[in-house]
Amino acid sequence: MAGQDVTTLAVTGNEAVAEAMRQINPDVVCAYPITPQTEVVQLFAQMVADGTVDTEFVTVESEHSAMSAAIGSAAGGARTMTATSSQGFALMWELLYVAASYRLPIVMTTVNRALSGPINIHCDHSDTMGGRDTGWIQLYGENHQQAYDNCLQSVRIAEHMDVRTPTMHMYDGYVISGAIGPLVILEDEKVRDFIGPYRAVNSMLDIKNPVTVGPFDGLHGWYFEHKVAQNRAMDRAFDVIADVADEYAELTGRHYGLLEPYRLDDAEIAIVVVGSTAGTTRMVVDKLRARGVKAGMVRVRVFRPFPHAAYAKALEHVKVVGVMDRADSFGAQGGPIFLEIRAALYDSDPRPQVLPFIYGLGGRDIFPDNIEQAFAALEDAASSGKRVSTARRYLNLRED
Amino acid sequence: MSATERPRWDVDDIDTWGPEKHQLGATIPCAGNSEEFETGGWRSLTPYIDQAACTGCMLCYFYCPDASIIIENGKAAGIDLKHCKGCGICAKECPERAIAMKTEDKE
Repeated sequence: MAGQDVTTLAVTGNEAVAEAMRQINPDVVCAYPITPQTEVVQLFAQMVADGTVDTEFVTVESEHSAMSAAIGSAAGGARTMTATSSQGFALMWELLYVAASYRLPIVMTTVNRALSGPINIHCDHSDTMGGRDTGWIQLYGENHQQAYDNCLQSVRIAEHMDVRTPTMHMYDGYVISGAIGPLVILEDEKVRDFIGPYRAVNSMLDIKNPVTVGPFDGLHGWYFEHKVAQNRAMDRAFDVIADVADEYAELTGRHYGLLEPYRLDDAEIAIVVVGSTAGTTRMVVDKLRARGVKAGMVRVRVFRPFPHAAYAKALEHVKVVGVMDRADSFGAQGGPIFLEIRAALYDSDPRPQVLPFIYGLGGRDIFPDNIEQAFAALEDAASSGKRVSTARRYLNLRED
Repeated sequence: MSATERPRWDVDDIDTWGPEKHQLGATIPCAGNSEEFETGGWRSLTPYIDQAACTGCMLCYFYCPDASIIIENGKAAGIDLKHCKGCGICAKECPERAIAMKTEDKE
């Protein structure tokens, strides 16, 4: 790639991430293949075999082992990456908390896919939305470019000394992972300069300074203080994520905020959405705007830490906000993003109505018409001048 | 690195430490300091050694999970009561039944 200013490739989302990983050239990758992430691991294993990266690639027997090995590797002082999806993410569960509490800056690509059962391999966000309290930073991408861009930025965010927290970045299974889209990639040297050298902290392989990682803390009990320290790192991550995005924009011209508003300034109704459906929603917003409807949108980029103050500022002038969740929180008032947005707007005066929409579970298609139906429900609520029911609205559900 | 060369991790006032003062990820930045943690207070029964019966087979020494058997002249000469948790493994393993677990005489 050297010598060329801009290279645009036609790639799958997984190829985009494998390319990012090649350029990052991590010390260690411990990974297990799972649909629809498999291509990432397969392509990267080929790079290792071809010698295009220096990475030690650890083939493991499960995702539980993948995350365990990643923890050992990161504690040993190595820049460590992995990738997973769905059931694999679920199998990592207990180790996700361990990686976060040990403050190991592991970077993980998670390709969003439904969780069983019924067994289903298609896209929804149940896997990582369920993992929102594991202590990992979560960045969600919309398209191929963002899968690549978020992967590179995750390294900087996770490793920043104000943060030092593992970071996962996501994109939609199949819709992005397997479909072909455009990707502008950086030159290898620019990526190397952007991510910089790895700085190990309290490395177990530093034999001159021996340390104990992961000690038992149940006798005298500083667990509480360590949990608060994790949360303070999350608070500090807001500035770090913003700074990394600014620096990345200087390099690429592509700037990402904590959240991404679209035609929101004078909007009276707005939809909050995450992942590839943001693209469809943007198109619907344009269509409604052409009809004179004051519709807007916010795309969720950073979900952990959740920038609640930024959402309150962005949405407080909107009359009715619809939140589209591609995952549900069974028995809760609504889906995971809905709960966050509704809480974020609680102190606003006047307080916008916030309504929950559930869509796309198990890969159920989401058409522009469905999103128009959601906007129509928001319009009805706005024109009624009353508080309407906050029962879930389902998009493209077979009703009985 | 011997215990005397090892830099000591100063935790005298750790009971007052808030979230910022702890090491990242609860890491202990000083290896081999478990001997500073005195577990003798956990003990309800205490091993008593009949030194006349001890043959010096060393099984108690090897089995003790807390390295609390004190060996002198090849025989069990006493117990490190700062660390002995009173588990009774030494008494169970002694082939000569030279160790008995008893309630500690407390003055």
